Amino acid sequence: MKNSIGRDIPEVIEGYGETIPYVGAFETQPAMKRQAPKVKTIHPRKQKLVDTLETVFQQIPITDGMTLSFHHHFRNGDGVVNQVLATAAALGIKNLKVALSSVFPVHETLIAHMKSGVVTALDTNYMSGPVAKAISKGMLAIPVVLRTHGGRARAIECGQLLIDVAFIAAPAADEYGNLNGVQGPAACGSLGYAFPDAEYADHVVAVTDYIVEYPLAPISIPQCRVDYVVKVDCAGDPKGIVSGTTKITKDPVGLKIAAMAAKVIEAAGLLKNGFSFQTGAGGVSLAVAHFVRQRMEQEHIVGSFALGGITGYMVEMLEKGFFKKLIDVQGFDLEAIRSIQTNPNHLEVSANFYASPFNAGCAINKLDVVVLGATEIDIDFHVNVVTGSDGVIMGGSGGHADAAAGAKVTIVVANLLRGRLPIIVEQVLTATTPGETIDVLVTERGVVVNPQRPELLQQLLAAGLPVKDIHDLKAMAEKIAGVPQKLKTSDRIVAVVEYRDGSVIDVVRQVNQ
Amino acid sequence: MNLRRTMLFIPGNNPGMLQNGGVFGADSVILDLEDAVAPQEKDAARFLVAQALKTVDYGNSEKVVRINPLDTFGAEDIQMIVPCQPDVLLVPKVESVQDIEKVTHLVAQAETAGQQPVQLIALLETSQGIALAYQIAQTKGRLVALALGAEDYTAGLGATRTKEGREIFTARSLVINAAAAAGIQSLDTPFTDANDEAGLYQDTLTGKELGFKGKLAINPRQIDVIHGVFNPTLATIEWAEEVVQAIRKAESEGSGVASLHGKMVDAPIVARAEHILKLARRLGVEVMQ
Repeated sequence: MKNSIGRDIPEVIEGYGETIPYVGAFETQPAMKRQAPKVKTIHPRKQKLVDTLETVFQQIPITDGMTLSFHHHFRNGDGVVNQVLATAAALGIKNLKVALSSVFPVHETLIAHMKSGVVTALDTNYMSGPVAKAISKGMLAIPVVLRTHGGRARAIECGQLLIDVAFIAAPAADEYGNLNGVQGPAACGSLGYAFPDAEYADHVVAVTDYIVEYPLAPISIPQCRVDYVVKVDCAGDPKGIVSGTTKITKDPVGLKIAAMAAKVIEAAGLLKNGFSFQTGAGGVSLAVAHFVRQRMEQEHIVGSFALGGITGYMVEMLEKGFFKKLIDVQGFDLEAIRSIQTNPNHLEVSANFYASPFNAGCAINKLDVVVLGATEIDIDFHVNVVTGSDGVIMGGSGGHADAAAGAKVTIVVANLLRGRLPIIVEQVLTATTPGETIDVLVTERGVVVNPQRPELLQQLLAAGLPVKDIHDLKAMAEKIAGVPQKLKTSDRIVAVVEYRDGSVIDVVRQVNQ
Repeated sequence: MNLRRTMLFIPGNNPGMLQNGGVFGADSVILDLEDAVAPQEKDAARFLVAQALKTVDYGNSEKVVRINPLDTFGAEDIQMIVPCQPDVLLVPKVESVQDIEKVTHLVAQAETAGQQPVQLIALLETSQGIALAYQIAQTKGRLVALALGAEDYTAGLGATRTKEGREIFTARSLVINAAAAAGIQSLDTPFTDANDEAGLYQDTLTGKELGFKGKLAINPRQIDVIHGVFNPTLATIEWAEEVVQAIRKAESEGSGVASLHGKMVDAPIVARAEHILKLARRLGVEVMQ
């Protein structure tokens, strides 16, 4: 069957089950109660601190076929996933499902565990590096479930992603299971993506290399749902967890795009007191923040809040009074960690608070503007951030589809030509974010407005911005670079791309070797 | 006369930049075969720039190529580049009238039948070139502007290059005066610290106040700042319209001199006002005819 954006979705996908086709960004409504997590108790004298991961495996006990969950706040410095899976392998456990909110190159050991059958299923919101490549080539028999950050929180709350054991990498913990992300050698800032796991998993294991005297302060994840605390020698490599500073791009084309995106925000009439804003940590996205800030400074505008992944640049904007609050689900650098620890206006929030579509209101609903990237965008404005031009998985939605759905104006920034490929295509290989939630595309050679937003088009034209039709811009790119040959994939489905509400927006098919 | 507020250097050996050169909104792009390109890469860059001229759409930007001096690779550059129809060649290290005449001769030989004549801009960047600025500017035919290259010039003098630019005050004035005397444009030396926006603004303003009509740019980030300096402000445009209205009224009453807010309006003031209105019209601002 075809979903409402014309994607071929089988009614049943082997290893995934029956599919709910995507029917619109706000069409699928929940008719259920939340998953009721296991009720827990503990004898007052019982200790939670255990010496080794093996002990935890034996005490729970962890058995074949269970789902183990992890967060990705340690990014490419994560040491916990690899240690836990090595323990599982050593104990001869098979058929595990790994629910890891994002997979990074550091998780390459997953491939060996998949080969040996220790891991047979993967549930994630983003993946890059060797694991993504292996999945694209058909490594797993069961398709990977690719969710959004808000969608993962929703799936956990709605009982669609059932977690047997949540291993929570904790930069700091006390022996009774209070956790935070801001102290210790592996400090990572906000622990937002781990909150739903801690709340809903049957068993919760904190893994840390930094134990402090009870009670820990501040507390991000409280002791009430944490069953075990394991002290390991090293939970993560700080070099892979945080960057020293996040820098604005120096690429002139990137800067040109960023400056234009800032002009779009202003032309849309959104740059005024109370302005709220989300942008990525990448060079161009951050440059948009820079140009927005210049205008805020010139016009004496004080924004309400900045949201999402927080960088030092956003911290500086908070401290200099450009924004009154930061809402932080994930921190990227040392400045973000320092700020969330010391500034009461820098709020740590859960993935659910940040972006879940099935609650009484998440933070992205309050956004004026979000600036997002794209690997491809098509003439219907559907965006691909999952697969590259070779069909290999190189990312995932993360918060992309969530923020696009919530913000008043969603701006995609992208070079019209990447390498020698046009960014605008007839039809994206993998639809991640539906066109109905994308308002503007900004490239170095012109700005495009989604025809569903005629009032926005009028605003941008009135401001004298170089607005073009998406077909014309596509033709311009093809005149320079030619029309790329269509990629051939096999029929086998290697990943199911779920929209934030759990409906299936697209599938990823295996690439030829 | 072409608007040349900004002339942006693009390294001739950088395909990505050559392809994107037209997107930054510079009045001219200078595809550079000289200082940006190492000697062993001159051939490759020449091919690349030739192809770029034939295939890349530079939009509203004028296409300028900086060739090498004639005593190195200049003649080969002219032979390959001129038939690809650049608008202008920027000739480096011009020190005499003969330098321009030699280039003119080679360009004429290289041009194909029916081709739009290629214009020249002389880059004066030695003490000799500055000393002979007046004679060079008088070279008739293809020369449309003099440009100052202050880095080589001050190195040759043994002067200290400063942000304030006192050491190039004389050279700037000589170039501006020589160009004005010949009725061609004068273009200011680039500001080389791409990260210092305030410094760029000040340096551009200094050049504009002395009389330069535009400025060379070494980074796309400099374009908006330079345009900001050379663009007429709303207040100046309004003043210019008042001047022209005042003089028209005076003329209709048989007088060549008018008065505006108690100040005399005569021919030089009118010329200045008309230049501002012309510039504003070129920039798409609606002003009185």
